[in-house]
Amino acid sequence: MSRNGPLSLLFHAVFVVFMLAPIAVVCLVAFTPEGYLSLPVNGFSLRWFRALASYPEFIDAFWVSLWVGAASSFIALGFAIPAALAVARHQFPGREAISALFLSPLMIPHVVLGVAFLRFFTQIGISGTFPALLVAHVILVFPFALRLTLAAAVGMDRSVEMAAVSLGANGWTLFRRITLPLILPGVVSGWALAFIQSFDEVTMTVFLAAPGVETLPVRMFLYVQDNIDPLVTSVSACVIAITMIALVLLDRFYGLDRVLAGHSDRSS
Amino acid sequence: MTATAATTTAAPPAAAAASTSASAQRAPWALVLPALALFVAVLVVPLAMTVLLSFHNWGQYTGIEPVLVLKNWAEIWSDGYFLEMFVRTFRIAALATVLTALLGAPEAYILHRMRPPWKGLFLLVVLGPLLISVVARTLGWALLFGGENGVANKGLIALGLIDRPLPFMFTETGVVIALAHVMMPFMVLSVWAALQRLDPQIENAATSLGAGSLTVIGRIILPQIMPGILAGGIIVFSLSASAFATPAIIGGRRLKVASTLAYDEFLNTLNWPLGAAVAVLLLLAIVLIVVGSNALIERRYAEVFR
Repeated sequence: MSRNGPLSLLFHAVFVVFMLAPIAVVCLVAFTPEGYLSLPVNGFSLRWFRALASYPEFIDAFWVSLWVGAASSFIALGFAIPAALAVARHQFPGREAISALFLSPLMIPHVVLGVAFLRFFTQIGISGTFPALLVAHVILVFPFALRLTLAAAVGMDRSVEMAAVSLGANGWTLFRRITLPLILPGVVSGWALAFIQSFDEVTMTVFLAAPGVETLPVRMFLYVQDNIDPLVTSVSACVIAITMIALVLLDRFYGLDRVLAGHSDRSS
Repeated sequence: MTATAATTTAAPPAAAAASTSASAQRAPWALVLPALALFVAVLVVPLAMTVLLSFHNWGQYTGIEPVLVLKNWAEIWSDGYFLEMFVRTFRIAALATVLTALLGAPEAYILHRMRPPWKGLFLLVVLGPLLISVVARTLGWALLFGGENGVANKGLIALGLIDRPLPFMFTETGVVIALAHVMMPFMVLSVWAALQRLDPQIENAATSLGAGSLTVIGRIILPQIMPGILAGGIIVFSLSASAFATPAIIGGRRLKVASTLAYDEFLNTLNWPLGAAVAVLLLLAIVLIVVGSNALIERRYAEVFR
């Protein structure tokens, strides 16, 4: 394998600047000491981070995001783990079609999901409530929970299970003591990826948001629609920082390319 | 695509077939049923209701009338505004796809040739933005573009690339650039996966037979990663065509695309049936384009996927 030439490295440098510039500029502007949008040329200031404290709408939205993300990922896993085990181990009629249905939220535009959920929840009278938001997010993150759990279930060594069965374990004990621990890395990564998807989602959620049930990206989006000021950059900087931490942890424990590609790299 | 890859590799082990009792036959259904019921109740039913909604009538004072009419579809068909809007949506998506391919494919190759620890570090730098909120990333572009005095324009003028500030905000150019940035990780990831399947010996063989590096890239590398570029292109195109936050923030209220128009009909004009028709049409167009191009690619590159 040959090394990258100077031209390649120049291209790489420009590319990295392109990828990082918008993220860097948000983080820099968040530290401006001025009252308007500007790069912090006259020293750094935390005034816009302190200003956050007096805007409860962002803080509230952050907690809603956290709850929706954590709860919807858990609920999605509750449905996805049994489904993944069935798809990984059994051949049954409609298996392909059912898998396609389970992964379909990846392909349906989020604006269509938003429209469909808004209509549905309005018809059954729970529009603008937290449970409605939660259910919508369960559907949204289900494919991510399923994919990583499925990859773990397919790659699992079943001889350990056989041994446990021969020693008399069955049913719930078998699942809790043998199967779940063996697929746990996939389950945990699935949860983390599902959480991030829920935490970042804006397009579908903007249709379901109501005062008090707004996630952070939705609050940020609605705020930016009206005006862009340093306050929203400091919120964004916090979101970026949180994501970076999650990212580094995911990369350490699982490998970022594996998380993002799911198991598609196994298909070769 | 990933769905089929997952399910076909997951052939049930022979050992599982040993316990072919009646209960074992029912087992997969008992495991799948809760999720299936959830999906039917909360995804299939709402989608069907949306299709139905697109055939309902709507009046300024009467609201939604549950009758079956073709009014909304006829309006979309006959009013040039909608045609223009859909053409704009897919033009922006196509340009963003080309831009990600032109920048992302070479970058994936450069990353592929890097050595650790640089490889891992820059993979994190390039793929990481995927997980950062799209609102935060788009806000970054709004700050870079921001009017006449935007950082992007200042930088380009300082580098001598342009003389006068270019309009980025509220233009298709700006939306395309920001979308390309938002979608870039998908392209790099897809090409990266194709590069992982590459046999380095072929490259070495070509070099030993006297091929220059450009020949190697053009004749050896590019043909082999083409399926990856095309697969990434389909993902980027479908996500760009349905993108919402980026065109809404960079494009503003006047540069409408399909998803921002549907949003307006639902939450500002309150003409839900028309909004539903726009959304259903967007879904149909994207599904047709994705399924169609997937079929074309798989036929063209059948040997690669085997």
